[in-house]
Amino acid sequence: MFSNKPVTPSTLSVKDLPWQILWNKDKCNLCGQCTAVCPVNAIELGVFRKKFIEPPVGLDINGTLACDYKLYYGIRQKTDPAYKCVGCAMCNMVCPNDAIIPCRSDEADKLRFHMDRGGQPRRRGGRRNVSDGILDRIKFIRISMLTDPALDAGRHEFELRTLLGRVLPPDKNLKFVQQQGWIPPVREIYPLIIGGMSFGALSPTMWEGLQLGVAYLNEELNLPVRISTGEGGCPQRLLRSRFLKYVILQIASGYFGWDEIIHAIPDMKEDPCAIEIKYGQGAKPGDGGLLMWYKVNKLIAAIRGVPTGVNLPSPPTHQTKYSIEESVAKMIQSMYMAWGFRVPVYPKISGTSTALAVLNNLTRNQYAAGLAIDGEDGGTGAAYNVSMNHMGHPIASNIRDCYLNLVKVGMQNEIPLFAGGGVGKTGNLTANAAALIMLGASGVQVGKYIMQAAAGCLGSESDRCNICNIGLCPKGITSQDARLYRRLDAENVAQRVVDLFLSFDTELKKIVAPLGRSTSLPIGMADALGINDRNAAERLRINYVV
Amino acid sequence: MCRLFAITSEQPLSPMVVLEALDVMREGHDCSGVGLFLRDLAGPFEDMKDAPILSGIFSDAGLKRLDAFMMDIGFMTKYKITIKVPKTPPAGVPKRDVYLIRAYEYPEEWEEFSQKELYDRLLSLRLKLRKMGEEKEDMIVFSFWPDVIMIKEIGDPTQVANYLQFDRQELHARVIMAQGRQNTNYAINLYACHPFFIQGFSTMTNGENTAFVPIKEYLTSRGFEGYTGYQSDSEVFTHILHFMMTNLGLGVEAYKHVITPLQDEDLQSHPDADLLRNLKRSCRPLIIDGPNCVIGCLPDHSLFMVQDRKKLRPGVVGGKPGMYAFSSEICGLDAAIPYRDKSKDFQPMHLDTAIVGPDRQEVRICSQINPLPPALSA
Repeated sequence: MFSNKPVTPSTLSVKDLPWQILWNKDKCNLCGQCTAVCPVNAIELGVFRKKFIEPPVGLDINGTLACDYKLYYGIRQKTDPAYKCVGCAMCNMVCPNDAIIPCRSDEADKLRFHMDRGGQPRRRGGRRNVSDGILDRIKFIRISMLTDPALDAGRHEFELRTLLGRVLPPDKNLKFVQQQGWIPPVREIYPLIIGGMSFGALSPTMWEGLQLGVAYLNEELNLPVRISTGEGGCPQRLLRSRFLKYVILQIASGYFGWDEIIHAIPDMKEDPCAIEIKYGQGAKPGDGGLLMWYKVNKLIAAIRGVPTGVNLPSPPTHQTKYSIEESVAKMIQSMYMAWGFRVPVYPKISGTSTALAVLNNLTRNQYAAGLAIDGEDGGTGAAYNVSMNHMGHPIASNIRDCYLNLVKVGMQNEIPLFAGGGVGKTGNLTANAAALIMLGASGVQVGKYIMQAAAGCLGSESDRCNICNIGLCPKGITSQDARLYRRLDAENVAQRVVDLFLSFDTELKKIVAPLGRSTSLPIGMADALGINDRNAAERLRINYVV
Repeated sequence: MCRLFAITSEQPLSPMVVLEALDVMREGHDCSGVGLFLRDLAGPFEDMKDAPILSGIFSDAGLKRLDAFMMDIGFMTKYKITIKVPKTPPAGVPKRDVYLIRAYEYPEEWEEFSQKELYDRLLSLRLKLRKMGEEKEDMIVFSFWPDVIMIKEIGDPTQVANYLQFDRQELHARVIMAQGRQNTNYAINLYACHPFFIQGFSTMTNGENTAFVPIKEYLTSRGFEGYTGYQSDSEVFTHILHFMMTNLGLGVEAYKHVITPLQDEDLQSHPDADLLRNLKRSCRPLIIDGPNCVIGCLPDHSLFMVQDRKKLRPGVVGGKPGMYAFSSEICGLDAAIPYRDKSKDFQPMHLDTAIVGPDRQEVRICSQINPLPPALSA
């Protein structure tokens, strides 16, 4: 831009952008791979004209100053907000000479004020841009030192399974066993569940990799790990396979894929693990799911029963029902009926100050098989920035309140609670999960951690990448473009899924063994928890320690 | 660490037999207190098996309040043991006004109550007295039940036994349980001293109950007023036993299946797999994690011993027909029943429940992998 040209309000310099490309002319071999790989075309070939002044040797008063213009080629960063650098650093990954890298601006960017062109607020994928959380601050303080040394995480037997399903009170349960009455189906599963990420939000290779990994964990390693489909149906081949028993089918307000699922019921060899009715999610509480048109290709359209290339926004609520009470009751019952009362059905809601009301409603519904609560730190494939960053309820106090409420009414063993949203967001997956379990969760659901650990997702809490919504995922995790998703190998993903679950299992034992627990999952063992914040300790009813 | 000893004998015994057994195991406990449970009483109580006996410690003011309170309800004193203690207690033993053991006659209107209602009222009354005592710190109530006496005190068990004259004829009994430690895993409090008692069930425990808080929360949320207290993490063992037998109608053979259920592989091959799987799920919050050795006494006067799932505390049972004892250590057993067939001594392991029934003729061993008795599995 020339200095005498007018500027528009949205005319930005590189300095105004959140990510700035540092390019080293000396190292660059001009191969062009960085510009080819950039998912958002933030960089392009730059032709630079540079003046060289070369005064002649010796004194010549009448002589003219030697001056020349030369060209050189390099990388230029675009400053148009539509082409902003997202910091994914794929350019750095492909550069043979390490000549290029994006760097975070040293001050708050100005781009954020110009991300609403055409009156469209910013939408993105990824995560809430808040890096800390209460879960990381919780410590496990009740080390068993009293009458016996702690357990041996490496040598003792551990039973770390949890229950998914409505558990009857003991007297009723025994009576029903004796009288052969109907006992609600209960699954004994691993307490770390892969949360709902749909076929559509995830690429085919990513989905296949997750399913492969889950099947391997179950069939070869005897770890009963379960995976939720998210809202988007399920490939026919999986619906008709014996591996369906490892899958939690999710139904949400768009009912995407459910025509196909219902029609496949007669051909199912196994019942699914459970049915999850999604009423809300942590990343965009109160907002429906959204698969943007970029990602609706032929395969996705076929599975979901929709035309290709259209936006697929689910409504915020289940439109056919009058209230959540009615909705929960009717949907749970009809889902039970569809599988002959053999499959647990439970709702998933976003973290909210009204979670207790939903829970109380469930306690009165004899079919409700649990409640999953997704806290504000939940991730997403696509949401409005404002929903992601500012809506929702933290999971810790939400799950604690719900658990203590169940204790109050004596139903803490009858309706299992599952917690999600930001579990492991700073990498401390096991510690976060164990803290939630001891606050009262029967298990935890994780999504983002799986994407990062199993597939190398580049997203971060500092707004890096976060373009899952537009199908341009540079790692091929959330893209439906074969040129991108073939970068990801399903078997490698499966291997990483297995790795992460095995390491989680070891770490979980390393947490519960010193607490003297191994015979059952320490659900609600809040006496083991401590935090160095008096208010938080009081709120969560755990120990205050300094 | 606790040391436990329990004995059941056809011939009434002096509590000193048990205290001596505890004394030989003194290296294993800190001599900080003693808890004594007597049942199937001999002596003067032999002829008043149905009369509820109140056991506790009272100040003079507390005793006056007790008398007024009990009179008001209509309870009449039938018999009492007066323990006159020396003026100066041994070192470490607090000075008390009255150690009370008093049998009552029921008020007339109580005679029409069903057994369940009677038991519930006795429990309720004991809890009320306890609460009254806690308000003014003038009463400590251990039990209020027919044919049961409990005494607990801080201090060296042998010194306390001599001080309180445990060898007196009036305290002879056929079932005696004792434990030699006061400062438990939580605050020092006589209500934290084993054995614990509720409606005819009593247990004492060696070890630490790491799953205490979730179990306590589960029991207190059962809506039964007796599930309260919990100054000790071991009190839940008594209440789980009570819950299982009275609420679920299960026998003691199922106790291990509640507190330490079988793991899946063993469960699958068990003849009562369906029942046990359901029991494991629905009683999940009652699963303990140990390390614990539990010795208990049932309303029918049976004694039993169980261990936790993997860590185990010391525990042995042995004896001869007519007299069997459960002890933390073999030396304790040797002290109480020296002439026995030691080859038949049994140390219960992670799957076992050792039971000596009311006939005191043999030690019955139930393994968790065995079928349940027909009455339970039907």
